[in-house]
Amino acid sequence: MEQMNRDMHEPPLSGAGTLGAISLRGVTRVFAGAVTAVNQIDLDINPGEFFTLLGPSGCGKTTLLRMIAGFETPDAGRILISGREMQDVPAHRRAVNTVFQSYALFPHLNVEQNIGFGLRMRGVKAPERKKRVDAMMELMQIGPFATRSATQLSGGQRQRVALARALVNEPEVVLLDEPLSALDAKLRTELQIELLRMQKRLGMTFIFVTHDQHEALVMSDRIAVMSKGKIQQVGPVLDVYEKPRNAFVAEFLGLSNIFALTPSTAHKVQTVLGELDVAEPLQGASLAMIRPEKIWFYPATTARERPNMFPGVVRESIYMGAATQYRIELANAQFITGVETNNKAAERSWCPGEAVLIELKPENIMLIEP
Amino acid sequence: MSPARTQAEVEGRRQRARLWTTSGPGLVWIMLFLLIPSAGLLAIAFFSADDYGNPVLPLSTQPFQQVAGFSLLGWDAGNIAIFLRSLQQAGIATLAAIVIAYPLVFFILSRPPAVRPLLLLFVILPSWTNQVVRTYAWLELLGPNAPLSWLAHSLHLLPPELGLAPGSLAVTSGLAYNYLPYMIVPLYASAEKLDWALVEAGRDLYAAGIKLFWHTVFPQTLPGLLSGVIFVAIPAFGDYVVPALLGGDKAMMIGSLISAQFIETPDWPYGAALTLIMLAFTGLGLVAFRIFSRKLGGTGETAI
Repeated sequence: MEQMNRDMHEPPLSGAGTLGAISLRGVTRVFAGAVTAVNQIDLDINPGEFFTLLGPSGCGKTTLLRMIAGFETPDAGRILISGREMQDVPAHRRAVNTVFQSYALFPHLNVEQNIGFGLRMRGVKAPERKKRVDAMMELMQIGPFATRSATQLSGGQRQRVALARALVNEPEVVLLDEPLSALDAKLRTELQIELLRMQKRLGMTFIFVTHDQHEALVMSDRIAVMSKGKIQQVGPVLDVYEKPRNAFVAEFLGLSNIFALTPSTAHKVQTVLGELDVAEPLQGASLAMIRPEKIWFYPATTARERPNMFPGVVRESIYMGAATQYRIELANAQFITGVETNNKAAERSWCPGEAVLIELKPENIMLIEP
Repeated sequence: MSPARTQAEVEGRRQRARLWTTSGPGLVWIMLFLLIPSAGLLAIAFFSADDYGNPVLPLSTQPFQQVAGFSLLGWDAGNIAIFLRSLQQAGIATLAAIVIAYPLVFFILSRPPAVRPLLLLFVILPSWTNQVVRTYAWLELLGPNAPLSWLAHSLHLLPPELGLAPGSLAVTSGLAYNYLPYMIVPLYASAEKLDWALVEAGRDLYAAGIKLFWHTVFPQTLPGLLSGVIFVAIPAFGDYVVPALLGGDKAMMIGSLISAQFIETPDWPYGAALTLIMLAFTGLGLVAFRIFSRKLGGTGETAI
């Protein structure tokens, strides 16, 4: 991570400006059978941003990406790429390139020819083409298998070639449709970081589609969480995770404890746990949410000197290596999930059956919509 | 001898029995009706002919000289012309079949899946009728008094007393029509498995129109196309019915030439030699085609 952060601060190679900006206005796509895949979406993506469309399968994220690429035509709404209207621009004239989920490498061409395909179609002459393909292969460390057939590559190699094939065209926007979903966990983590470095270095806009919330958190500058053809929340990674707007976003991005609330006095709400002190103003929210890792654990004998402290009994403890997840039964038969980092000696972690005191700090309680 | 050993022996005998009962009948069939007659034909080609055209001793290479065009009257280019015409007719008919088959296959694929088998059936249906009958139908279509011939007359493409049939164009059309299903079916099989993501990748990488087809669809349908070319070109090359009915005397092809040696003016050794030469060229053609298709397709699993 240390090294990655350093690389990410290198200045981008190509300039930004409005080139690579994307604007969607009221974009709608209805499939035959009246399924509204994408419903009235407004979205602005900044130049040079690593932007992620996150959501469960069938939420419309891939359809949205395909409309930006030009493979699908919106039934309503406007798409602007670098400020230009895309309504009448076919896929082959758009300055965007796609990394497909299946990679879609041409099986009858070798790696080099695959990467050079776009340049060849645009009529870039052979010597110039070779120069650019070679430079891209060096950047992506593809050299050793340059002349191999696309069918003879491993998953990771394919992914690299697919990315190189898109990047070599120097597109204004790179679209990535779950490009890592077919890889095993270790390779996936490596390629996530590699992809991120490449994006920061080249300074192109990346739009990344995934259903993996962890991947979205690791990679993105900003995330749009989608569900049922609508965007539920857009924002920087930190905001979307720490301050989810509604229950769907909270639950899709990691674990959460959610309780219905009724307001009592200012900065106090009534829940099934009892009265909670909250830091945020209510503003019509009807649910209280707290992330498991934000729950503090104390021995049962600790004095309850602060608000939002509740006694409970550990009912389940799931050891996950770096952290342990606990299920705590509170006094009024309510359960709450907590996660504690295993930074203490092993004997100091909590065992099932042990009585504990937990604290929900007011500033960690988010008030959200259903 | 250990019991295990016996067990293995029994198993081996069973295996052999299974092998013979399954592949045996086929092998016998091929021996009786393909290998033995072919060997007979091979032999006949090296005999002399008597006055009635029957093969007699002594052995001779005269039939092959006849094939090359030598006769009592000296050398004549007739056979070579017939051979080249056969090649040309088969080639043009194959090209025509390709040009017709591609749009048709993609039209069928663009229909709902439930309708596709029916449409394919319509393609195959005519071949349930005898080839002679269908070729007569073409004679009606292209004959001197048919509308298509009138059209050709009024455009001054054809002298008014002639029809489109008999003639080379009629033969080409007849051949293309007759063997079209054998192009469509393998092409359809390939096109059905088409990976459309590759076509999208092509569009994404700035290809459109003919270029898109050539770089994304064509390579994927190549295995089917190559099978189709073989299924069409080889029978079209040796076809007898179509040139006999639609070609008349002016558009004779090798199939008609061979049949004449066994029916009209019998000369069995000459006919056998012609057949051998035709087979040899077909075989050579297949080998060349295979090398060519390996280079093109790379998979080596095409066609033959």
